[in-house]
Amino acid sequence: MSVDNRVAYLDGEAALPRKNGELVFAAPWEGRAFGLAVLLSEKGAYDWDDFRKRLVEEIGKGDEAYYESWLAVFESLLLAREVVTREEVSKRAGEYAALERDPVF
Amino acid sequence: MSHDHDHDHDHHPEAPSPVEARALALESLLVEKGLLTSEEVDRIVSMYEHDIGPMLGARVVARAWVDESYKQRLLEDGPAAVKELGIGYPPATQLVVVENKGDVHNVIVCTLCSCYPWPVLGLPPTWYKSAPYRSRMVREPRTVLEEFNLNLPDEVAVNVWDSSSDVRYMVLPERPAGTEGWSEEQLAGIVTRDCMIGVARPRIPAESAAR
Repeated sequence: MSVDNRVAYLDGEAALPRKNGELVFAAPWEGRAFGLAVLLSEKGAYDWDDFRKRLVEEIGKGDEAYYESWLAVFESLLLAREVVTREEVSKRAGEYAALERDPVF
Repeated sequence: MSHDHDHDHDHHPEAPSPVEARALALESLLVEKGLLTSEEVDRIVSMYEHDIGPMLGARVVARAWVDESYKQRLLEDGPAAVKELGIGYPPATQLVVVENKGDVHNVIVCTLCSCYPWPVLGLPPTWYKSAPYRSRMVREPRTVLEEFNLNLPDEVAVNVWDSSSDVRYMVLPERPAGTEGWSEEQLAGIVTRDCMIGVARPRIPAESAAR
């Protein structure tokens, strides 16, 4: 099955937030987080099932909003696969938070 | 997807929240590393925002294919059955699921406007709302179906269901041969929006047949 059907099939607590059947992103960053994770999986950076399993676990912890869990899982996978390092992500996030970079989505 | 980011932070940008800053950081790093482009992310987001709706209906169909008692409940009481799968259905609207069989093919239309079972199928495709589809599907369904590349033998009866604001229809397609032993997830993957409108039948893609 193609990745997109498997994304759509996210089930139970991991089901994507929707309204009228359509995906709902409460803020632009949520859409970006969604698109990044799906895209890199399509490009073969990791297996979608791996993402899904981690997402279910993360959501199970129950203390974050849906796309916060999503982003945390995405970041942890990139760290595990050594696509990015913790240091560069923290540094870059700090630059955005301090408005040293233009926060444009 | 367009982002209107040019109206209130040109001069006094607001600092992004920690989670936003991390999302920005990851995207910019991945772009710099040449792993993706922002345009590709745009494309994915917009594709999913618009095309993913029908997958809820596909899950309903797949469940009905593997679970005969679920299928019976679905045919008897559509809203209650889709609710079992966690799909909300507006209480004021009836959902009638019509089953395709060897000698009966069903197709849905809304002759008056564009009534559509959106909680299970998402937003209707543009052609569903077009005047020619709405008028011709009732008058000459076989011809219209042929235009969708669906050629039905003469012995197959075609039932056209005209939706209204009170009653919406969804087609339960026939499970294709060659899918024995498939998981629900695999089955859902071959159920397209068009199958549930009734202008197509589920097909097994070469990729899945090889799995």
